[in-house]
Amino acid sequence: MSRYVLSRIGQAALVLWAAFTVSFVLLQALPGDAILIKFLNPELGLGPEQIAEIRASYGADVPIWTQYLHTVGNFLTGDFGYSIQAGVPVGDLLLANLPPTLWLATLGFLLALVIALGLSVASSLLPLSWLRSFVQSLPSLFVATPVFWLGIVLIQIFSFQLKLIPVINPGPWEALVLPVLTLAVPISAPLAQVLMRNIDRVMTEPYIAVARAKGASRTWVLWRHVAKNAVLPTLTIGGILFGELLAGAVVTEAVFGLNGIGGLTQRAVGHQDIAVLQALVVFSALAFVTINLVVDLLYPVFDPRLKSREGAFA
Amino acid sequence: MSTVVGASLKGIGTGAVPVLEIRDLAVSYRSGDEFQRVVHNVSLQLRPGEVVALVGESGSGKTTTAQAVIGLLAENGRVDSGAIRLNGTDIGRWSQKRLDSIRGSKISLIPQDPTGSLNPVKTIGAQVAEVLEIHRQGSRRQIEAQVIDLLARVGLSEPELRARQYPHELSGGMRQRVLIAIAVALRPSLIIADEPTSALDVTVQKRILDLIDGLRKEYGTAVLLVTHDLGVAADRANHLVVLKGGRVQEQGPTAEVLASPRSEYTRKLLADAPSLAKARHVRRAAGPRPGTGEHAIVVENLVQDFRLDGGRGTFRAVDGVSFNVPRGTTHAIVGESGSGKTTTARSVVGFQRPTSGRILVDGIDVTSLRGDGLRQFRRKIQLVYQNPFASLDPLQTIFQIVEEPLLNFDPMPKEERVRKVHAILERVGLPQSVIGRRPRALSGGQRQRVAIARALVLGPQVLVLDEAVSALDVTVQARILELLDELQQELGLTYLFISHDLAVVRQISDTVSVLHSGRQVDSGSVEDVFLHPGSPYTRELIGAIPGQRSLAHACASTHFIGAAQ
Repeated sequence: MSRYVLSRIGQAALVLWAAFTVSFVLLQALPGDAILIKFLNPELGLGPEQIAEIRASYGADVPIWTQYLHTVGNFLTGDFGYSIQAGVPVGDLLLANLPPTLWLATLGFLLALVIALGLSVASSLLPLSWLRSFVQSLPSLFVATPVFWLGIVLIQIFSFQLKLIPVINPGPWEALVLPVLTLAVPISAPLAQVLMRNIDRVMTEPYIAVARAKGASRTWVLWRHVAKNAVLPTLTIGGILFGELLAGAVVTEAVFGLNGIGGLTQRAVGHQDIAVLQALVVFSALAFVTINLVVDLLYPVFDPRLKSREGAFA
Repeated sequence: MSTVVGASLKGIGTGAVPVLEIRDLAVSYRSGDEFQRVVHNVSLQLRPGEVVALVGESGSGKTTTAQAVIGLLAENGRVDSGAIRLNGTDIGRWSQKRLDSIRGSKISLIPQDPTGSLNPVKTIGAQVAEVLEIHRQGSRRQIEAQVIDLLARVGLSEPELRARQYPHELSGGMRQRVLIAIAVALRPSLIIADEPTSALDVTVQKRILDLIDGLRKEYGTAVLLVTHDLGVAADRANHLVVLKGGRVQEQGPTAEVLASPRSEYTRKLLADAPSLAKARHVRRAAGPRPGTGEHAIVVENLVQDFRLDGGRGTFRAVDGVSFNVPRGTTHAIVGESGSGKTTTARSVVGFQRPTSGRILVDGIDVTSLRGDGLRQFRRKIQLVYQNPFASLDPLQTIFQIVEEPLLNFDPMPKEERVRKVHAILERVGLPQSVIGRRPRALSGGQRQRVAIARALVLGPQVLVLDEAVSALDVTVQARILELLDELQQELGLTYLFISHDLAVVRQISDTVSVLHSGRQVDSGSVEDVFLHPGSPYTRELIGAIPGQRSLAHACASTHFIGAAQ
């Protein structure tokens, strides 16, 4: 493996560790914890000694260093601890809530890509200049649209006014249409903006003039010369937007009342279920770091200039 | 449509119809709602196999004229009136779609900048093949064979390997050969060469121009050569068209224009072009500087290594360079890109610590300076950079730019600073009105004057000029060189003049070091080195200076090049 790949993987591991540690410290620093919230309920009538016993049974009474090392060890072996609120292993909670969120996020991202590409191509190839300006102004509108508002408006229009999608018990695919759209539109906006700007920049490169001088049409130039060069810098933005995607998924699930990581996060925050929150942070960080690692490793595949530098390192 | 062109192109070579005929061409660019005309009634003719040079300085409209011919004006440009006839057919009003059918096949382009003109993410082979694919020339197999053949034709070694390589793996000269291969692939009747060698080293420039000449003769192609370099135009063109401000100043056979220029502007251009300058010796007001015998700069056995990327191994950029510069004289360091000339200059100024060797400036050992000693040393020596557009902070006013060095040293009252800034701006020939403006509002020559004023405001004894006139038009360059000469006389300055341009070096320097791959291959007085070059490399360098062919029969000062042949 080359040095480039190794250094990128090392950086990813470092980010992951930092995310784990920072979230651990912050969660510990919160006043109160899940045990108090659940068992200090006056109806249960538990005395201080009994609560201390419960704390000990959860391992919450040992020094924070020991807890930290314990948790690290457990995470490394795939044991994410117990949810105090639900009383089940955190791993089971994640497994149950992950698939719907993954579907939502993946479809949302793909749709965002399609929208961004469509707008960018249209803004470059449409024959009329006022039409091009109109398309170019759309991303600013999209980026200014709050997710929750868009979700509510879409429900109003498609479910209540047009009655295309039932609100109660929609089919599995019908249920995804509006959430995916809600998630995709705000994500597509920065992608489209970056892509459009890059297309404009690449269009002024001398090699585009050379391609035109060869007799290549505008469409030919766009696909054969501009596309790859303009998409390259957009990859990085795509990786960073993945974080937005997770945040967007939480809100979208809340608006549409879907089960998933979003709902799980909401409940865990409400109950200060530290074990669940810790696992969610690490999971999100892992997903984010993996996506960005993939982006970094893809660069040399698309850009031969990086490949040869990588070769020089190897 | 294309059959019409095809039919009319059959006439090539008969000489009856010009390949290109431009009649009263007018072009404007839109800015805001207004159209500003940049090309006014330009007319010219180009016969098969001929080279016509469009000569002019920046803003003369030469590139715009060429772009109009191939239909590739910037989006805000338009042809207002006039005709562009290619083999008798007026293509001036053709749609882009229609032009696509003749671009690459009937008219082609050799662009200026070989670095940016090839797509970085496509192989060389694919980019040459593209022109054949667009015009549907044969099967994939045939195209591949043709690509290899073309790459070999333009003098690239190992064409099969080159076809698989990417642009960044090739040198500038090799890339320009690839672009020439693309331009000649379909044997067009007209090639537009837009500053084809301006970004290349002088020895590479000569080889590339020879290649274009050879292919032109072989294929009978006509070439419209766009250039700012009168020397190149004089060497290569049958016919010169001199442009200024979008208007033709004069045109005619090259020898006639050079021997007896009719327009005032052409005469000025000829006088200012360093490679053609007949009155070369007159330029230096008091002849070569005698020097006081005392050395302002002593460089002994300078070696500069750089660590390679990734920390493995080192690269020797400068390898044993030595020279002395007597106070009040000019020493030039000449070389092509990668020769180590700029590295040497940076070591002298103290921007980096040499690996070994000794550098004395005004008796001070630069290599031993650290911290505040190094900072104080900057009062003695100042640097003027190549690019006057990038070396001035766009947000500062001219006053702030020139004042800044004064703020970095001994505190002085505001009135005195103002007085000093005014005095130095006047000294470099700038009007007082520029003082509150920002660099953007100034021309290239004015900006370089600001850069010189900034360097001089601290009263240094030594000025390092790193390609300080290379980015300027020849007439502007001549004025800056005159200014430098005056300043040297009045202030007793010592110059270290870094340049790739031998003609300029010949004009301004007393002594010279020629660098090649970090080694000093020649050194001595300018007369000695130019008339009796010791190394084959220096001979090649001198032989490659453009403007010599025409010079040989246009004027008498051949002793300038005598040693080259």
